[in-house]
Amino acid sequence: MSATSDAAAQLTGVGLSYAGGVPALAGVDLHIARGEQVAIIGPSGAGKTTLLSVLACAIRPDAGEVLTLGQCVWQLSSAGLRDLRRRVFLAPQVPPLPPRQRVVHAVLAGRLPRWTVMQALRSLIYPVEAALAHAALAQFQLQDKLYLRCDRLSGGERQRVALARLLVSDAELLLLDEPVSSLDPALSVQALEVLQNEATRRNAALVVSLHAVDLALNRFNRLVGVRSGRIVFDLPRAAVTDALLAELYGAELNQSVQALPEEPAAVLRLSRCT
Amino acid sequence: MTAVPREWRDPAWRGRLTAAIVFAVILGPAFYLTEFNPAVLWSEAGASAVRQFLSTFLPPATSPEFLWMVIEAAWKTVAIATVGMAIAILIAAPAALIATRVLSVSRLAQGRMALWPSALRTGMRWLLIFLRSIPEIVWAMVFVRAVGLGDTAGVMAIGITYGGMLGKVYIEILESADQQATTALLRNGAGRLSSFWYAAFPACLPELLSYTIYRWECAIRASVVMGFVGAGGLGQQMELSMKMLAGGEVLTMLSMFVLLIFMADLVSAALRKVFA
Repeated sequence: MSATSDAAAQLTGVGLSYAGGVPALAGVDLHIARGEQVAIIGPSGAGKTTLLSVLACAIRPDAGEVLTLGQCVWQLSSAGLRDLRRRVFLAPQVPPLPPRQRVVHAVLAGRLPRWTVMQALRSLIYPVEAALAHAALAQFQLQDKLYLRCDRLSGGERQRVALARLLVSDAELLLLDEPVSSLDPALSVQALEVLQNEATRRNAALVVSLHAVDLALNRFNRLVGVRSGRIVFDLPRAAVTDALLAELYGAELNQSVQALPEEPAAVLRLSRCT
Repeated sequence: MTAVPREWRDPAWRGRLTAAIVFAVILGPAFYLTEFNPAVLWSEAGASAVRQFLSTFLPPATSPEFLWMVIEAAWKTVAIATVGMAIAILIAAPAALIATRVLSVSRLAQGRMALWPSALRTGMRWLLIFLRSIPEIVWAMVFVRAVGLGDTAGVMAIGITYGGMLGKVYIEILESADQQATTALLRNGAGRLSSFWYAAFPACLPELLSYTIYRWECAIRASVVMGFVGAGGLGQQMELSMKMLAGGEVLTMLSMFVLLIFMADLVSAALRKVFA
């Protein structure tokens, strides 16, 4: 417990199974300090999203202890839990934007934890902090989309609008699930830079799951490798070797090759389609 | 068939087959019970009765005073339906907000709601069932006795019954829509009402609007029916004309009625275009 004062989040022996009994997380220990920036990598289905959801107090694990921003999450009252959730920002993998909502409201939704219901309604009638939304969008070069409907945006634009929502929030623990999955390499780097600068400015902890390993290696000092619901390694960038990465993804690759013995046939089918 | 490996079999097949059988088993006796037999219409006795009834409708009544009265009654019918719907929405919207699972915060973490919010939601559903299970015409008869003949009784009857119906369907629309936008806001600490206005509402607006307008059209029809028990509008006039065996007047009013529904359809198409 002594280490909790500087911890943005701490998991001890966390385990979680979804309905059907498949374990999504097992025996996970993780300590993330305030202001720290961490990348989570690992093969598809490894449990990265579940891990982020547990860190965000979004789902309750079956086993273990979750400490978020110094508080024992699942012993809080519902009011206490809500107060804690205001200080945490989880950006899901699919941008959570209603298609008919306009970008300005989608971004300003990041202010909702601070606003009263009356302020929220007033802003729907006429946007109250449009300048704030504009500035947040400008960081992602989307300022001219301010009054567009979300369903008029491309996939990459929607993803960045969801990230602009983070900029107008004032959360202290930022959890991003594949935040750049729909962006091209140059935009990915630029978007991560914006997010990392913002986290540094706020002294907020930033935990990002990424499927692009090179991006994780280039932009984060600490990498956590997850596979089959377990943390395989938790190392500074310099200690993450190619062999470790090959093991993290490689074994999975072998499994999938075994599961699909007719791989050449798939290639043939592809060529027939063209 | 036995040669198909286990993992290739559709696991949903048995459930679908059972559902189809249950449906057939229920539908068969229902036909038997209602003695449904359209051939009766074409029998000589049936056909002549229908012909006789319809022949009293011609020619339609077209005197200017009568037409003016019909237009006034039609306008009143629309007013009854509209005010009734406004009351229904005032009942249904808060009830749906309380009863829907989408805005449950306790659901977020555990996947199921805590005990007392769950009880509150169930209670609200029961209240809505009670409101809509008593037909509007029964409410109308009750209110005609309470507040006297006239439009007020119709307005209150529509408000209560349609409040129950709208509430139920609002809940279902909210729960069948994609909930991830709402969930994301709740998880980031936004309040229930704010999350509703910023996520669930924009996601469901066309469906909510479309169903409300359809119910408004139904309310116009219902207010005609309720007129027969004295709850005002076109129905009350139609009942008088029927009592006086003035078939021509009935035909004129029925034509007015078709026109009303046609216009309601135009209005709903226009509104849907604006909000889609």
